[in-house]
Amino acid sequence: MLGYRLQKRDEPWNWGVPIVIVGALVLSFGISALLLELQGKSAVQGLLVLWQGSFGASWALEDALLKSIPIFLCALGVATAFRMQVWNIGAEGQFALGAIGATWAALTFPDLPGIVLMPLMFICAAIFGAFWAYIPAILRLKLQVNEIISTLMLNYIAILLLEYLVFGAWKDPASFGFPVTPEFTPGAIIGQIGDSRLHWGFAVCVGSGIAMWAFMRFTRLGFEIKVAGEGERIAMYSRLPYGMLTILVMAISGALAGWAGCIEASATINRLQPSIMVGYGYTAIVVAWLARLHPLYIGISAYLLAALRVGVENMQLELQTPASFGSIMEGLILMSVLAGQMFVTYKIVKKK
Amino acid sequence: MLESFIVPLLAATVQSGTPILYATLGEILTEKGGVLNLGVEGMMSMAAFAAFFVTMTTGNPWFGFIAGGIAGVFMAALHGLVCITCLGNQVVSGLALTILGVGLCNFLGTPYIGTATEGFDKFSFPVLSAIPYIGDIFFRQDALVYVSYLIPVLFMFFINRTSLGLAITAVGEKPAAAAAVGLKAVRLRWIALLGGGFLIGLGGSYLSLAYTHLWANGLSGGRGWIAVALVIFAFWRPGRAVFGAYLFGGVMAFQLRLQAVGTHIPSSLLLMLPYSLTILVLIFSAMRGRSGNAPAHLGINIEPEG
Repeated sequence: MLGYRLQKRDEPWNWGVPIVIVGALVLSFGISALLLELQGKSAVQGLLVLWQGSFGASWALEDALLKSIPIFLCALGVATAFRMQVWNIGAEGQFALGAIGATWAALTFPDLPGIVLMPLMFICAAIFGAFWAYIPAILRLKLQVNEIISTLMLNYIAILLLEYLVFGAWKDPASFGFPVTPEFTPGAIIGQIGDSRLHWGFAVCVGSGIAMWAFMRFTRLGFEIKVAGEGERIAMYSRLPYGMLTILVMAISGALAGWAGCIEASATINRLQPSIMVGYGYTAIVVAWLARLHPLYIGISAYLLAALRVGVENMQLELQTPASFGSIMEGLILMSVLAGQMFVTYKIVKKK
Repeated sequence: MLESFIVPLLAATVQSGTPILYATLGEILTEKGGVLNLGVEGMMSMAAFAAFFVTMTTGNPWFGFIAGGIAGVFMAALHGLVCITCLGNQVVSGLALTILGVGLCNFLGTPYIGTATEGFDKFSFPVLSAIPYIGDIFFRQDALVYVSYLIPVLFMFFINRTSLGLAITAVGEKPAAAAAVGLKAVRLRWIALLGGGFLIGLGGSYLSLAYTHLWANGLSGGRGWIAVALVIFAFWRPGRAVFGAYLFGGVMAFQLRLQAVGTHIPSSLLLMLPYSLTILVLIFSAMRGRSGNAPAHLGINIEPEG
């Protein structure tokens, strides 16, 4: 190849990781700026509006923190499955099922006090989300059905199921025909922390993040998941219960995504409606991979991609840029980081 | 019943199955060379837009059709750059390609929503359309459907009878052995990936030029993922891919017809049909136990020596 070839480094180039990420960001922003120019909009102004929307004001920082809550929970779950090389692409659907489960509890027992109702909603969300992840897990174990495709198809089905409920049985009679459920009762709404706009869902994030970190690091099961991630055959030789571990990581993954759905329904929109589905489950995959599946880095990258979403919304308002600008950037960043990873393990040398 | 319902339904089946057929064959070619490309959904979306845009500016739908294929090649090249050249993870790169392609298509397409273009209209194929039933079902279609009848035959000939096709299969099975007998493994992977990208792109073109003549965002609607699943259902064989594509075409056509007639079944439940069927089809192929037909090195990168 042009007189150059790849040579494996003796040791991974650890300083390369941040350099690759910065390089990937610069490349992605460059290409996106070009796209803006292509649509006859000023790229400089676009990036400025994006920056202001992401980091330029206290409302922006707060918005990003709020959006990072569901993204973080979904990404934490996805990362646990990815760690075992189980490709759970279904966070979006598990998120939907979690929202459905929580809404079922909130609509069925509206008069319960919050202290009983809230845990019930979280339990229902976890069970529904975990159930939705259990289907592809069991299909993969019993029949070797590819979980990438089954989880993805279950996403489409989950979204349609949510629409079916909101357009049908759960529609608010007082909504003038709009597809929304009745508003949740106060007991079913997660409250704010103090005077800020931040709600207690954030505490759920911090708690789950620490718990997952400790689980993967200090428990035997966590260790077994990491070993099983080296491959099914290695797991078998180590006499690990590969099937049980697959079901476990998928259930954890689904339950966490379910919690994200519960928190969005309860704290952010106070009811269930189709607009709850905005693709957090797909962003979570980008987040998990950028963070190299580590809980702390997932926190950071969840915040950054949430900030990107807020920035893109700001661009939508000020420059009428389509919302899909955010997906373009997510796709570009992920692809360039994947490509750049090569420089961490290989170096380019001249052919002799 | 036969004349008024079944024959039109089967004709619509062929039409809905055609874009899936192009995409499934494209993905089979890609995977034969050993590269797993999960970006089909994004590639079809991008290709649909490219086909629409070029047709709108040139006025010639054939230019648009080819432009869609070229868009597919470009998208596939991105995947190749990440996975073949830079040895990135194929699963994640494919997902990223889908996110990118769908986003790019919506970004570029939003200003044109509802715009009409030239496209391919149905016409009766000389002589053959006179055959009772068969003629009505298969030979009163648009030109791109007629083209799609040729592709599986050419594909089978290419893979099983030409040296290039056999070399690609060898690289998908065992790249090291292929390299040992003097085949250029990496170059062959590129050929399979880009050729597959072209076919996938043609499937995207069909969506905006023949399936509908109006631009709308989200034209692909999961068809790319169905194509990825059909590759497994087809056991990597083009003949079964034709059957699978028309099976899905049939379900989509049936569900649209039911909605048009007006049933009491809510549309969201009807729309679940193709997605549920995808999972069922995968379960069915798993029970037949032929997943061993997959190219042995599918999804595994070729590491450089040294």
